[in-house]
Amino acid sequence: MDAAVIVFPGSNCDRDVAVAVEAALGRAPHMVWHRADSLPKVDLIVLPGGFSYGDYLRSGAIAANSPIMGRIKAAAAAGTRVLAICNGFQIAIEAGLLPGALMTNAGLKFVCRDVFLKVERNDTPFTSGYSQGQVVRFPVAHHQGNYAADAETLKRLDGDGLVAFRYVDAAGNATGEANPNGSAGNIAGVFNDARNVMGLMPHPERLAEAALGGTDGAAMFRTLLSKIA
Amino acid sequence: MKARVHVTLKPGVLDPQGKAIANALHGLGYAELGDVHLGKYIELDVAASDAAEARARVAEMCERLLANTVVENYAIEIAD
Repeated sequence: MDAAVIVFPGSNCDRDVAVAVEAALGRAPHMVWHRADSLPKVDLIVLPGGFSYGDYLRSGAIAANSPIMGRIKAAAAAGTRVLAICNGFQIAIEAGLLPGALMTNAGLKFVCRDVFLKVERNDTPFTSGYSQGQVVRFPVAHHQGNYAADAETLKRLDGDGLVAFRYVDAAGNATGEANPNGSAGNIAGVFNDARNVMGLMPHPERLAEAALGGTDGAAMFRTLLSKIA
Repeated sequence: MKARVHVTLKPGVLDPQGKAIANALHGLGYAELGDVHLGKYIELDVAASDAAEARARVAEMCERLLANTVVENYAIEIAD
């Protein structure tokens, strides 16, 4: 199996995520420039965090129209797994791969700290390394991570089990205090309908080895990559 | 042809920037002030044979890139 990390002008977590992928996979992923007109044959595509195009117009909006995104949409539709982290989540949403919108944080501040997340379901390729309802600790670092969607979409996300992670306190309660950005329903990450695309604002790659201060993120890469092999 | 596009958040969508501006204006003593909404203003030069064609093209640009219609509305003005 193989993985690709897409690099946009302004991506700054591409190498971090490549390190996490390599640790899980045993070899380095393809690094694919956003202007590439073809995508290597891979089983996992990662849209990394950063500030593509300086977040001009809206976070992720310009990157979502990069040449490579047409290939990624086609691959996603054919079942290839897509992991979209932070700015990558914003790009995936703007590209229509995931529902909703990511707005300016309700507190207006750039939030950079560790948060607790509840694993909403562990029967997906992205979350099978966790137990059902497990509380994990991932870092967040964003200014536009306030998840919004119309009432109908939010209801559908809940009803169809498309919420991947929620912001919670250490005890697993989805309180207002535990919500770093005002996201509707404390939503930190979502799946597409087929659950082969997952986007989340927190950064699993930033706590993927002990030297970084924690390993909660490592299980995601380990299981995501091993299940396909 | 010049197109002027105003992109604004849909009513009911939390607008923290508008709220911060309103708080600052209240601080300056404008007690009469109600809600404030911050949007974007975009000017485009469009080559088109008439205003209707320009408007249709710009509407397409709004739908595809300039506005996120999940949470934003847009309004287009065409001027010669």
